[in-house]
Amino acid sequence: MTDTDVPLLVADGLTKYYGRQLGCRDVSFSLYEGEVLAVVGESGSGKTTLLQLLSTQLAPSAGRVRYRLRDGATRDLAELGEAERRFLFRTDWGYVHQDAALGLRMNVSAGANVGERLMAVGWRHYGRIRGTATQWLDRVEIDRDRIDDPPLVYSGGMRQRLQIARNLVTQPRLVFMDEPTGGLDASVQARLLDLLRGLVTELGLAAVVVTHDLAVARLLSHRIMVMKGGEVIETGLTDQVLDDPREPYSQLLVSSILPP
Amino acid sequence: MNAPAYNFAYLDEQTKRMIRRAILKAIAIPGYQVPFASREMPMPYGWGTGGVQVTASVLGPDDVLKVIDQGSDDTTNAVSIRKFFAKTAGVRTTTHTTDATLIQTRHRIPETPLTENQILVYQVPIPEPLRFLEPRETETRRLHALADYGLMHVKLYEDIARHGHIATTYAYPVKVDGRYVMDPSPTPKFDNPKMDDCAALQLFGAGREKRIYAIPPHTRVVSLDFEDHPFEASRTPESCALCRADDTFLDEVITDDKGGRLFVCSDSDHCEKRRGAETAA
Repeated sequence: MTDTDVPLLVADGLTKYYGRQLGCRDVSFSLYEGEVLAVVGESGSGKTTLLQLLSTQLAPSAGRVRYRLRDGATRDLAELGEAERRFLFRTDWGYVHQDAALGLRMNVSAGANVGERLMAVGWRHYGRIRGTATQWLDRVEIDRDRIDDPPLVYSGGMRQRLQIARNLVTQPRLVFMDEPTGGLDASVQARLLDLLRGLVTELGLAAVVVTHDLAVARLLSHRIMVMKGGEVIETGLTDQVLDDPREPYSQLLVSSILPP
Repeated sequence: MNAPAYNFAYLDEQTKRMIRRAILKAIAIPGYQVPFASREMPMPYGWGTGGVQVTASVLGPDDVLKVIDQGSDDTTNAVSIRKFFAKTAGVRTTTHTTDATLIQTRHRIPETPLTENQILVYQVPIPEPLRFLEPRETETRRLHALADYGLMHVKLYEDIARHGHIATTYAYPVKVDGRYVMDPSPTPKFDNPKMDDCAALQLFGAGREKRIYAIPPHTRVVSLDFEDHPFEASRTPESCALCRADDTFLDEVITDDKGGRLFVCSDSDHCEKRRGAETAA
């Protein structure tokens, strides 16, 4: 069995209760290398809870998440030590926040923002760090003259692109995205999606994208998971679910998009 | 009412034992900040309450004490702390680095190399090197625990991006014994190399922040840098107007309001010794 036959990430009966309040219940799926999974649903349906469970930012009430590390061993993430988990987070994983201010250091320059992960894994050559940061700014279409400006003076779209560069600089295999296009205007959204789609295919990234925007799901993802009230009600290939939804709620969701 | 009788070196014995335990732990884990129950001292925070407590705890009746402030023996802080211990402990005091067994310092390391019979006590205002990069104490402790120091280099990167070179000139971060990143208190980075493989025991006390840390004798202390921007122990490219030394750390003294100024050694004892040798010759 080759590496690509073994899933990268396996969620197994993930459940989270906030006291008596349900976050999400019994979510199971496998994600393979290079595969993009979209999680859609209205607000409060447990999408973000699920994303935080997968990325070990929250501990599940029940169930587990297993991940295949770069050395090929599949490990239960709850069993990893904190140092290992942090290492995973800054090398093999990326996390794109909806609010770029959460994912960036707003007061340090764009170059240092991109370079931080490199320095954290032991890069100690200023010229090379800066060179790599410049390349990444090019890739996410930020003018290289802006490398010494802090993201505080960037526009919303630029911040989001900088956040993506910061996450991808260590060539992660898995990226979590929480509403990556939320709060951006339509044309900026389109550019960002175009960029993301290019990067995902080019780098062969696996991604879990949480969104309430079905257009994002259609453009980016291979598979889709529809959530409602903390549970997964429908899964399938993206075009299949979007063009021929089976569940009444999915039908409602799809039909609630205004035609352009 | 009688004047209050103080215990030897002001602090009571239980307090000293508590501080000594913290010091022992600090020596056992070089560069690690050990929390301790800092006491109120008869001086304001920022005037060396941490250093004074450490000094009081390690001081013995046979010790000879020297106190320097910015390298000088005759500034207010140095004079008053020296008098404080002369009064409360009755120990001998000196201004000569070579005669002292215990040296409390603010902002400098003496130019004369220290020996294994000496202890250097630093007054530390802010012990946490990551403080201005990461405001949460819980998070900085975690970063230390996991040796997650990428953030420290972000600061140095910013320096180079902004100024073309590492512009941090004091409180320059060091890595102690290959493990903990430490703030060497606001000493100029000129003094950083003196910490490396130093024969004397170096103790750091932060009174307001309630932390003690230490560098045991002959410990490796490396200043953080980049391969293509190596650490440089910078000094003003002048020589001392009094003793003409060109290898010491200099203070700039403004002499009038017409732009007149001169540079003198910040280590007053070292400067005097050099001038004494000159007149004798």
